[in-house]
Amino acid sequence: MSTITADARLSSRALTRAHSPVRRRRYLRNAGTLVLSGVIVVWTLAPIYNMVLISLEPEGDVFTDHIWPRVPSVESFWGVLTQGHWYLEHFWHQFANSLYIGAMVTFFALLFGSLTSFAIGRMRIRYGWLVSNAALLTYVIPASFLAIPFYRIMQNYGLANNPWSVIAALVAFATPYAIFVFQEYARSIPIEVDESARIDGASPVQIYLRIYLPLMAPALVAVGTYALLLAWNEYLYQFLLLSSKSSMTVPVALAQFLSSDQSPWNYMMATAIIYALPPVAIYYAFRRRMTAGLTMGGVKG
Amino acid sequence: MDSASVVDVGRPAIRRRTLSRSLRGGLKGGEYTWAVAFVVPYIAVFLAFVAYPVVYGLWMGSEASLYRELFADPIYQSTVVNTVLYLALGVNVKMFLALLLSGFFMRPGRWMKVLLLIFVLPWAVPQISTFISIHWMLNGEWGFLNNVLYTLFHVEGPSWLNDRWSALGAVIVSHIWKWTPFWTLILLAGRMAIPLEIRDTAQVDGATGLRGFVYITFPLLANLYLICTLLSTIFLLGDFNAVTFVSGGGPANSTHVLATLGIRNAFEIAHPRLGVAAVMSALPLVIPLVIVLMRKLRTAEVQL
Repeated sequence: MSTITADARLSSRALTRAHSPVRRRRYLRNAGTLVLSGVIVVWTLAPIYNMVLISLEPEGDVFTDHIWPRVPSVESFWGVLTQGHWYLEHFWHQFANSLYIGAMVTFFALLFGSLTSFAIGRMRIRYGWLVSNAALLTYVIPASFLAIPFYRIMQNYGLANNPWSVIAALVAFATPYAIFVFQEYARSIPIEVDESARIDGASPVQIYLRIYLPLMAPALVAVGTYALLLAWNEYLYQFLLLSSKSSMTVPVALAQFLSSDQSPWNYMMATAIIYALPPVAIYYAFRRRMTAGLTMGGVKG
Repeated sequence: MDSASVVDVGRPAIRRRTLSRSLRGGLKGGEYTWAVAFVVPYIAVFLAFVAYPVVYGLWMGSEASLYRELFADPIYQSTVVNTVLYLALGVNVKMFLALLLSGFFMRPGRWMKVLLLIFVLPWAVPQISTFISIHWMLNGEWGFLNNVLYTLFHVEGPSWLNDRWSALGAVIVSHIWKWTPFWTLILLAGRMAIPLEIRDTAQVDGATGLRGFVYITFPLLANLYLICTLLSTIFLLGDFNAVTFVSGGGPANSTHVLATLGIRNAFEIAHPRLGVAAVMSALPLVIPLVIVLMRKLRTAEVQL
């Protein structure tokens, strides 16, 4: 009896001895995770907190040294929404411009992208590879490198201050990604679906509208979100091509604030936040679809 | 071939039909017309808004004297140094962080998911908003960063954007802040795509922790990591916003990169050809990158 209990005691002591390094390691691991998580949160949120902090300052209180809002006020947000500052007198008009350009870019990128991918991938048109290579090439050329000749060409066409010049540029740069993702996604749809419809006498237009587009819905959502955000966030082409106050978009108007030394920073940050809300909402709403789209068709920023 | 003499009469017609059919890729007449009609819009967009500007740009920057003028410009010389530093640090630090963080976010648990949602915020918020915020954060007198330094440690921070190297550093850090989440998500998806059996087998065989990463995970991720690095190099080379809004190219034009110098030459000193030349001087780097990337992306389509 006594030997057995001694044995048991021994083994349990051995067990605790064996367990304690494991437990300590797990403890260290959890502590490490916690510290790293803290660092990530602070690092990620600092510029965003700064934005919120300054937007909540009452006017004239921006040039202070405190790190939390002493007297938070939504005055600057109200100022933006009611166009209450002379920098902001066209805010809603500019917001509508951004929205219009985003909608048009999304529509045409989806239309041209789906038609092209249908002709190349499903109808297997000859020399289709040439078109996909042209798209791939566009995808890897930095858009900003073409800005100067593009500006010149648009001046020659008389399209300065015309939203369609920006729409054209953004469609040209968004469609390759669309073609890419659509072709990749379409591989998961058996070609027999198209073929049986073809035997039943469906025309290519009917196959495209009734079979291809409905089956491609998830990819359409992913690419549509991408194109909308691309157009909404783009700055350089909009800055070069849209300079009048009425044709300007929100990012260009936002950058205009910076041009003077005595910028109303609280209004500027409130504008920046209001401008950021739609893309953030869209991003979180379509998060799953978007990451699926990213991995479907390679990668794109 | 044996029956050639027998059907000799019908032969030209057959050949014509096969020729036209091979041109159409096996599509019937009406279908072929539709297929052409489907690709024409994109081809038109490509020719008018990509190919034409490319040719126009090449023509604008084709004079040799432009490059003599450009290379003699001290601003251009510092711009090249900045661009190389921006590329070397911006791409590699960001990709390495993304690689490590994608492993971190593989951990299970609801808190990890919440943390990931916060972590991707820099990518979801538009560039202009965040870069303007960072610009003001780094203001020497009233910026948030120096206020924090003073409140917590009673240290008077420097005027970050008034010195070339700290301003360039700020641009690089802003870029890393903005884009690490995106590449982390891509690499996270790449890690998720590694079949569970491989990871389990590796663990049974003793490849855990660092060894599992070196022998199992990284070899499987290497191709994706390389593609991401190349793509991010191209994107960063064309990046205009971080420099424009964080440092504005200042102080005294000392933190420009090629993309912003091109725009500055073209629109601020109104010499568009010199602007194109600045951008074109990146071609020795862009062309090999584009060639390698096009090959890689074509083969990687299946793997991703």
